[in-house]
Amino acid sequence: MIEGLNPGIILILGALIVPLTSGFIRGILLLALPVLGLAQLIMLGLGSWGQFEIMGMQLTVTHIDPLSRVFGLIFHVAAFAGILYSLHVKDTMQHVATLIYAGSAIGAVFAGDLITLFTFWEITAVSSVFLIWASRTERSFKSGIRYLIIQVTSGVVLLGGIALYAADTGSIKFETMEFGSLATWFFLIAFGIKAAFPLLHNWVQDSYPEATVTGSVILSAFTTKLAIYALARSFPGTDLLIWIGVVMVIFPVVHATLENDLRRTMAYSLNSQQGFMIIAIGIGGDLAINGVAAHATISILYTCLMFMVTGAALYRTGTAKITELGGLYKSMPVTSTFAILGALIIIAAPLTGAFATKALIMSAALDAKMVILWLAMLFGAVAVIDNVGLKIPLFGFFSKDNGKRFQEAPLHMLLAMAVMAGFGIFIGLSPATFFALLPTPMESHTYTASHVVTQLQLIAFAVLIFALALRTGYYPKMRDSITLDFDWIYRKAGKMALTKTSSIVANFWDQTKGFGLMLVGWAIDKAEKSHGEGQAMSRTVSSGYAVSVILILFGIALVVIYA
Amino acid sequence: MTFFMSHAPVLAIIIPLMGAPICALFRGKTAPWLFTLILSGIAFAYSIDLLIAVSANGPISYEIGGWAPPYGIEYVADPLSAFVMVIISGISTGVLLYAKDSIANEVPTSRLGFFFAAYLLALTGMMGITVTGDAFNIFVFLEITSLSSYVLIAMGARQDRRALTAAFQYLIIGTIGATFILIGVGLLYVMTGTLNIADIADKFDSISDTRPIRAAVGFLIVGIAIKLAMFPFHVWLPNAYSYAPNIVTAFFAGTATKVSVYLLIRFIYTVFGADFSFGTVYLTELLLPLGVIAALSMSVVAIFQDNLKRLLAFSSVAQLGYITIAIALATEAGLTAGILHIFNHAIVKTGLFLTVGAMFFATGTTSIKALAGVGQRMPMTSFGFVLGGLGLIGIPLTPGFISKWYLIQAVLERGDYIGYGLAIAILLSSIFAVIYIWRVVEILYFHPSPEGAKGSEAPLSLLIPCWIFILGSFYFGIETSFNVGFAEQAAQFLMGAR
Repeated sequence: MIEGLNPGIILILGALIVPLTSGFIRGILLLALPVLGLAQLIMLGLGSWGQFEIMGMQLTVTHIDPLSRVFGLIFHVAAFAGILYSLHVKDTMQHVATLIYAGSAIGAVFAGDLITLFTFWEITAVSSVFLIWASRTERSFKSGIRYLIIQVTSGVVLLGGIALYAADTGSIKFETMEFGSLATWFFLIAFGIKAAFPLLHNWVQDSYPEATVTGSVILSAFTTKLAIYALARSFPGTDLLIWIGVVMVIFPVVHATLENDLRRTMAYSLNSQQGFMIIAIGIGGDLAINGVAAHATISILYTCLMFMVTGAALYRTGTAKITELGGLYKSMPVTSTFAILGALIIIAAPLTGAFATKALIMSAALDAKMVILWLAMLFGAVAVIDNVGLKIPLFGFFSKDNGKRFQEAPLHMLLAMAVMAGFGIFIGLSPATFFALLPTPMESHTYTASHVVTQLQLIAFAVLIFALALRTGYYPKMRDSITLDFDWIYRKAGKMALTKTSSIVANFWDQTKGFGLMLVGWAIDKAEKSHGEGQAMSRTVSSGYAVSVILILFGIALVVIYA
Repeated sequence: MTFFMSHAPVLAIIIPLMGAPICALFRGKTAPWLFTLILSGIAFAYSIDLLIAVSANGPISYEIGGWAPPYGIEYVADPLSAFVMVIISGISTGVLLYAKDSIANEVPTSRLGFFFAAYLLALTGMMGITVTGDAFNIFVFLEITSLSSYVLIAMGARQDRRALTAAFQYLIIGTIGATFILIGVGLLYVMTGTLNIADIADKFDSISDTRPIRAAVGFLIVGIAIKLAMFPFHVWLPNAYSYAPNIVTAFFAGTATKVSVYLLIRFIYTVFGADFSFGTVYLTELLLPLGVIAALSMSVVAIFQDNLKRLLAFSSVAQLGYITIAIALATEAGLTAGILHIFNHAIVKTGLFLTVGAMFFATGTTSIKALAGVGQRMPMTSFGFVLGGLGLIGIPLTPGFISKWYLIQAVLERGDYIGYGLAIAILLSSIFAVIYIWRVVEILYFHPSPEGAKGSEAPLSLLIPCWIFILGSFYFGIETSFNVGFAEQAAQFLMGAR
């Protein structure tokens, strides 16, 4: 293999061969590419390759250090499992888009300079939109357009930032930056869009559930985690991120609780989990950054797994609405088992990966003596247990049997789930193996008595709330139309203030969105009135009029020149 | 060979000029086209030789008829003019490769001889403007270009009668522009007693405070701006581009306005000198707002267009806005960006117009709505359009990105709020470009073909030249040593000249 070839490029180039193959050979090729990429990554070890100069700037196409290696590894795993999961799809466009998307995300992770990062950044945007369009519905098309506009905007903002940064510092190396200059604000916004910062987050819930069954599995793995990586690389220890993260943890929780669509529930929870990592980046320091890398890995594993599980249900039953599922455990026992495993990982039960990794972030927060932060994260943790850990398996798979029977998910889907669940459990069983890969070497004290007990208490507490709410009938009923009196459980849990805050923020967001939409509508309207076909700016004027304009401008020119 | 080489500056002009009347005698579809292609190819070859010679040995001066300047007419090939000559003759040759089937479809066979004669004259004029070192000679060549281009545009009348009014309006406005330039040159002559550009430039400082000179500057700038289709003098351009035969549009989009940009640079930097242009009179303050408005407003207009050629025409006006901004910055970095964008925009826009021409060839229309579903019917052409569109937007690996990168660096070099504002305006304009290109792509690919839509893939004789431009644009977007290298060299030469 070419010396120092960026592993992502293997996937991208491989994607171009895919249309030439079919059937069994295509399956082999699809699965082989991530494996090849992984082999290349492992063979390379750490270091920099592919340096060359273009337009007087030093590019580094491949740069592998411990931080990027962790993200690169899990991206390869996710790509492999995602492709395995989507083997049944007979849609060349989706396969090609998946490979290019995964490849460019991997490429971006190993980018040693900002230009390379930008290039891959834009390719992820353009390639991933095809996964949304692959649903081939009017809704998904429109949603895809919105997604594309937002993603490309992120790229343009990034480019603006790069230009400013290069002008300021004369360097385009992708490394830790001092937050504060205009350029870094550009970066923060560009990364923030992809990381789904509060108020920049809507594309996640808008687009992921519109993608195909397999598409949302793939989408959930890369874009947001790539942004996390970019933030962890460039802005560790930036205080602003802590507060952004806190809002991010709390804000989507309300939505997730109320949501009836399983995949939307997932999308909101995903957003909330991003908040944990953002907080950790904001805290900075070795322990926290280790926590970011570790938690990103785990969260890719379980998010993908849960999207796979809900996707399998959707694939077999044709709906992801909680109200219409029910009793799936009888039809799809294996899938249901994976749902439980996924749920266990999400609620960070001992012996699962998240138990090991979430602790890193939590203790980083405690180390930094940020008690409020710790409480906020605790709230987020309880919420995710209720929303995803309990809600999805319980309502989706174990609710009252409605008598419908479906087939078990296809074998390759189950295998893909097994890959994700396997890694998730493995990390939990043997955290030391995994921790060795983290950016800073550290000893693992995962299974201390106090930690295990605390976590079990937390889970028990969350289950209790959930059970109580359900028993007393206060848990939001899953209906298609959502008008629920939901704040009781939180009041009971003493979280009413937080809920209020969320609803105020949500309200504020709605207002802002409404105002924004109005503003955009107004601007488009004005633009059309003045610049549209046959309007003032584009009309074909008479020659006499044109000559008058020339004379007026000539007059102005003379005034300027004589001045 | 030494004879041909030492006469290269004049041969690149004389050959197409002499060829034009001969070409008018040819009949049939193939003969006039082939003849024109060969002559244009020879001019291209000479231009490349010139550029290589100039870049190695510095400017070349050629005395017409052996009369020494400043009394005789002098042709000067310096890094800028040689670079622009390569662009003009290269675009011309590339377009001609494509022309045969396309033009036979649009112009009656009996007139092809005249058509190509006019084409050769237009080429002569543009090359002449670029290489001549004589101010009055510029006007002469400008008129040769203009008159032949009125004819070429009016040739579109068989497809759409509106070509006639478009040509007529261009004639009126273009003549005013040429007259302004003539008045400006006349005033310079009155004050300096010479028409030789180098000579005028030498004497310029001693008389730069006089009123006639300032009037001359006003006339020249406005006159050139009209020819350049700088906002708001662009009224003639959208119609002329929309209704002209497709290869004429493609040819002019890459060359005609670029020659005017060359003139603007030549007068501002060589004749007046940067100190006078931006220090004594305030050309930055005059040109910068026009450039910004063009880049933003004309991009918005492009979004709302129904005709694909018109859309690209308005996009050209917007791109000329970038170049205007670059020139008005009055820095070496700005000038580099401007000259670079002359090249990059020429290759990208010509490629786009050629793909549109192929769509017209197959479907008989350039109305965007009527092109629905062409993505399925003409996959190669449509994909070419998409790639060209990416170049226009400025995605990395395309030349559009390179130009924008240099332009943004140049505006940020100002380091003040105007610089940041300009950078934002340029990025905003790129987003508009995404929208107007995307709108077309959406209709090409995602809307179903109308019932009974005709047209299948364009023939290879059209596809291959299209793809030469598209792939060429990617080549120059990745391997930038040619375009960036010569643009830098030209900018250094111009800034160092005074």
